[in-house]
Amino acid sequence: MEIDEIELLRSNRRFLESRCRVLRLIRAFFETQGFLEVQTPMLTAAPAPELHIRPIQAGGGRFLSTSPELHMKRMLAAGFEKIFQITHAFRADERGRLHHPEFTILEWYRLGADYKDLQQDCQKLVRFTCRAVAPKSGLHFQGIRLDFEGPWKTCSVREAFQKFAGWDPGLGPDLDRFDLDMAQKVQTNLGFPAPCILEDYPKSRASLARIKPAEPEVAERFELFWAGIELANGFSELIDPHEQRTRFQSAIASKEQLEQISCPMPEAFLASLRHLRPCAGIALGVDRFVMLLAGAETIDDVVTFTPERA
Amino acid sequence: MAAVLTAGELRKGLKLEIDGDPYLIVDFEFTKPGKGQALYRCRLKNMITGIQFDRTYRSGDKFNAADLEEQEMQFLYSDGENYHFMNMTSFEQIEMPAEAVGDSSSFLTENLVVNVLLFQGRPIGLTLPNFVELKIVTSAPGVKGDTASGATKPARLQTGHVIHVPLFVEEGETVRIDTRTGQYVERVKG
Repeated sequence: MEIDEIELLRSNRRFLESRCRVLRLIRAFFETQGFLEVQTPMLTAAPAPELHIRPIQAGGGRFLSTSPELHMKRMLAAGFEKIFQITHAFRADERGRLHHPEFTILEWYRLGADYKDLQQDCQKLVRFTCRAVAPKSGLHFQGIRLDFEGPWKTCSVREAFQKFAGWDPGLGPDLDRFDLDMAQKVQTNLGFPAPCILEDYPKSRASLARIKPAEPEVAERFELFWAGIELANGFSELIDPHEQRTRFQSAIASKEQLEQISCPMPEAFLASLRHLRPCAGIALGVDRFVMLLAGAETIDDVVTFTPERA
Repeated sequence: MAAVLTAGELRKGLKLEIDGDPYLIVDFEFTKPGKGQALYRCRLKNMITGIQFDRTYRSGDKFNAADLEEQEMQFLYSDGENYHFMNMTSFEQIEMPAEAVGDSSSFLTENLVVNVLLFQGRPIGLTLPNFVELKIVTSAPGVKGDTASGATKPARLQTGHVIHVPLFVEEGETVRIDTRTGQYVERVKG
């Protein structure tokens, strides 16, 4: 057992060195863009109630944070214009090649911006980081060349489903079928060899995002894919406190019924929305970013200790 | 009663009962599209027929663990269609169809003690001891002087199965065989 652990840590050393380099580059990038690095609590009384995201109870009526989103938007409401954070987030029962129940998340927020501005940030961040870490021979992930200099493709969720799954999720899709085809037919085809932006999700799949004014069935939400891996999820933020409360109420009811979890209403966050101006924010999976840049096969390779050994 | 499992407990190597048959999860993948529901993709192998297929499950799906048990049993005899075994503590006798015995018949001799796998009390397979000792019944004599290492010749075992043995092994001798690889290990002094 002990020998195993020593071997594992030693053999992952180059991935851990890549991880260190990538973290430094992310910080350097946001510094050049004039962002303030912040740290918000990991213990919270009220994580965002979202269906399919299960918070881990920490005792004393607290939860481990599922994402720093609500705290960071409370800071925007107080007038912070550009903030970023690299922290751990916790989600129960998520374990796979690309999932750990405890993982590292990068989030950044901009006041007076929308999801299109964040797409520009993504391009700049990915290029800045890749240029610094890529060897002369270029970046390769599981035998596939990654292109970080070429133009990125952008396509809407509807276009991508028509192309790869053969149907139009249009107005109010069957969500079981939507999730299955998204996982098995759509996202596996996105981001070869350059990253790809998938945008305009059905509004039922965007609990904290703003509805697109010109297309009220979709939300101004996008995800970033590279080599079939979902890397980031961003949106123009919903800032209407009444609409947000209604969405949370519906999520809380569904979670009680489907997941047998009772989630408190995030009242402090809802109160802050009264002061929030239009803004946009995004979360990027740091472990997966490191995986891609270092050519690691699983998320297990890029962490010091897997959940089973933690 | 078989334990009830949730989708979150699915893992590679787990054995489930589906539509009345035992299945082994030979491959397992957890996926979760952003803000979507968790999906559990399993490659399942029917432990009786060997047939494999993929199936995707969701949170909320429930499963029964396959009711499997291993028992030490002694092989008694084969009547051609079925192989007969006896539980060595209860002296209860069972019969297993030849298909379930499969390739293990190559190394199965009377009185050998094996592990029989039972699904709901019904025998569906067996595991041989890692090593067995069997007699060579026919084999061409080795060529005198040919001592090149690695040179082998075919030899028929008492079970009828043919393996490769070094040239110096002769008819009537007993050899030790690794049942996991099906290969000769060494000569056993009678």
